[in-house]
Amino acid sequence: MSITLDSKTPTGPLAQQWDTHRFNLKLVNPANKRKFKVIVVGTGLAGGSASATLAELGYDVHTFCFQDSPRRAHSIAAQGGINAAKNYQNDGDSVYRLFYDTIKGGDYRARESNVYRLAQVSTSIIDQCVAQGVPFAREYGGNLSNRSFGGAQVSRTFYARGQTGQQLLLGAYSALSRQIGLGTVKMHNRSEMLDLVMVNGHARGIVTRDLVSGKIETFAADAVVLATGGYGNVFFLSTNAIGSNVTATWRAHKRGALFANPCYTQIHPTCIPVSGDHQSKLTLMSESLRNDGRVWVPLEKADVGKDPRQIPEAKRDYYLERIYPAFGNLVPRDIASRAAKRMCDEGRGVGPGGLGVYLDFSDAIKRVGKHVISERYGNLFEMYQRITDESPYEVPMRIYPAVHYAMGGLWVDYNLMSNLPGLHVIGEANFSDHGANRLGASALMQGLADGYFILPYTIGNYLATSGQKKVTGDEPEFKAAVADVQKRVASLLAVKGKRSPSSFHRELGKLMWDNCGMARNAKGLQEALDRIPSLREEFWGNLNVLGDGDSYNVALEKAGRVADFMEFAELLCRDALTREESCGGHFREEYQSETGEAERNDEKFTYVAAWNYTGDVSKPELIKEPLIFEEVHPSTRSYK
Amino acid sequence: MNLTLKIWRQKDKATPGKFETYDAKDISPDMSFLEMLDVVSERAQANGQEPCAFDHDCREGICGMCSLVINGVPHGPEAATTTCQLHMRKFKDGDNIVIEPWRASAFPVLRDLVVDRSAFDRIQQKGGFVSINTGGTPDGNAIPISKKEADLAMDAASCIGCGACVAACKNASAMLFVGAKVSQYMHLPQGQAERSRRVLAMVEQHDAEGFGACSNLQECEAVCPKEISVRVIAEMNRDYLRAALVGTDA
Repeated sequence: MSITLDSKTPTGPLAQQWDTHRFNLKLVNPANKRKFKVIVVGTGLAGGSASATLAELGYDVHTFCFQDSPRRAHSIAAQGGINAAKNYQNDGDSVYRLFYDTIKGGDYRARESNVYRLAQVSTSIIDQCVAQGVPFAREYGGNLSNRSFGGAQVSRTFYARGQTGQQLLLGAYSALSRQIGLGTVKMHNRSEMLDLVMVNGHARGIVTRDLVSGKIETFAADAVVLATGGYGNVFFLSTNAIGSNVTATWRAHKRGALFANPCYTQIHPTCIPVSGDHQSKLTLMSESLRNDGRVWVPLEKADVGKDPRQIPEAKRDYYLERIYPAFGNLVPRDIASRAAKRMCDEGRGVGPGGLGVYLDFSDAIKRVGKHVISERYGNLFEMYQRITDESPYEVPMRIYPAVHYAMGGLWVDYNLMSNLPGLHVIGEANFSDHGANRLGASALMQGLADGYFILPYTIGNYLATSGQKKVTGDEPEFKAAVADVQKRVASLLAVKGKRSPSSFHRELGKLMWDNCGMARNAKGLQEALDRIPSLREEFWGNLNVLGDGDSYNVALEKAGRVADFMEFAELLCRDALTREESCGGHFREEYQSETGEAERNDEKFTYVAAWNYTGDVSKPELIKEPLIFEEVHPSTRSYK
Repeated sequence: MNLTLKIWRQKDKATPGKFETYDAKDISPDMSFLEMLDVVSERAQANGQEPCAFDHDCREGICGMCSLVINGVPHGPEAATTTCQLHMRKFKDGDNIVIEPWRASAFPVLRDLVVDRSAFDRIQQKGGFVSINTGGTPDGNAIPISKKEADLAMDAASCIGCGACVAACKNASAMLFVGAKVSQYMHLPQGQAERSRRVLAMVEQHDAEGFGACSNLQECEAVCPKEISVRVIAEMNRDYLRAALVGTDA
């Protein structure tokens, strides 16, 4: 039986849709809210803000995170800033312009209605965070400071030094802490969701493993919210935290939730290049550096090994400024990343393995002085020096693209609910707002929009109308899910082979990066699709996890996550193979112009690819949600 | 480079722990400290030893999850650096490295190098917030905040809640952590309404968790990876005294 998707997109003029929709949503009586239990998994910007807000409204909230505290989620590492259509700088910004930029930046692969709403609520986010005591950067007059960021021609990005994600997350964490203190949120730290429980076709609970005691537990509720972030670590090396994983969303997928657009992965252009085989993660250098740094490679291959300071101006190729004169060094991430790859493919890359380009601050230092550059980027320069042992004040930085963000995720409708009634998905874990490419400073905006201002309204509609009986956790569906999880944990421990979970993860990641990374083609993707099942087979035949399931076991945790990546990787490659066009973060070598620019195929691929699990991970069913553009007409993205 | 590691191993909260010695051969100076531990753990695993547990997540110095007392110093020998950002080039070939968990009764060891820092969460839950709900807030520019005050608030707000301050203090005091939160809100107009109540409640919880008193030795500032200044402790003490004298309504 095939599924028909209803995006619940409101009708009527775009600017009024959210208002009309909110009016039409059913409300839960204030006195009844405490009778509804809501599970929130994840405490990043989306999960933290949603937990706090739902509790403030009166719901009975149970929140889970695998870290030791809800303050640690990887939203904390976002550096650059958060967008909002405040037009404080009087430079022509508006809700419509932020909407337009986001739709265009996403290469016309996002829903207009969702994106417009995101732009609308962006302004409230800033007000909310200021009121919480988030110390945004200020001008001398006391007003909030803005900068232009990542492919925008207006200054709409709010920031707190190079630690915006940290400050926004700590703001959400402070609101969450207040509710925990008031007893309205029950917080479960060091607790990992390992399955979703469906009762009568509705999402009614989760199965978790306490990472300290190893205890498998169930939690029953009236609705479940997943805010579990992105799947970038399927590539092993990425800018994600070590613990970031696909398990919660993948488990939900295997219970029937559709996974949308997994091939839309963002490769961030400004990361510190790989230094050796020991590398465990890649470190991002904020995109804001491109405001003052100039990207270049030697004009001639012969100069590649030279000290960059000895290469004269005439022998340098400032290729972004040359190819994209209008946007220069500030072109969107996908464009900048592919340009860097082309330079390295031409043999003009610098540093170990020729996998790097220069990001040079010497002109900016001459123009505004070292102290100004230090004020703007001091902490980033120090971080770079700690990792590479080189000072960016003296020598140009070396940067290279790295996996950063997942635009794809679980499919959700306009209410942020998946195709499974009761299962809501917010933040990076859903697929909704960024299309095929996310603009800089938009992830923080989306996470907080979903958590503070969208989900708290839409979930009420579900709770008010679902008409489901209360569950206790003793139903057979819960018992069956627990048995599944126990069996799975036991089978990971039972393999008793020779290879560590990390060695499999590393091998999978390399295969994904080589065959499904910055540039993809049918042959490479087919090869990956052939190799992943055999790697998975080896995993289940030769995995080595020591210790037991009833205690703190880091190898067991890791093995469970790698097992899910092994399955998910195949879906990602299949989606990439099926999408025979280049758009945003998805670049197929077969579909490019003579100058190497991405070529979309709007006639055939203006749809969301939502994949249904059929019981066989190698044979998913593709369900399409057509995208309709009434407001903005898809055109070729040009930043020249 | 080749190193000898003495690592604290402990099965769980109830079982006493002990040091075990590991050889770390062929370590690249470009590795981070945690990557070095990854490599040593992988090799130990291949020899049938369970990998050593340690807390870590972002590995870029901001989440505050990593810890480790390295040769007696929380986060190791390099100033203003978390363990995950410490690189092996700061050590010499042939070095002995002693690796321990944070040691404080308020941070019980859960396993090996992993400690329970939930006491910090409970302190925050007592007053580390502005009591406003989502929505209905004034425009972000409605209340001007001078750049100087915003910068002071931001200096304090950079605390990552790692607990190194506690690990460094002979009294296991968490005054730098509490002071950082108190100071952030003290410098912002949004924090004024609850200023007195906040400082009293947070300090009370700090004491209840079993953290000790500050003896002004400033070890905390010396090891803080975010270079939080002991200025925040002075500010907290002043506000605490003021609140204790005039009461929570002031």
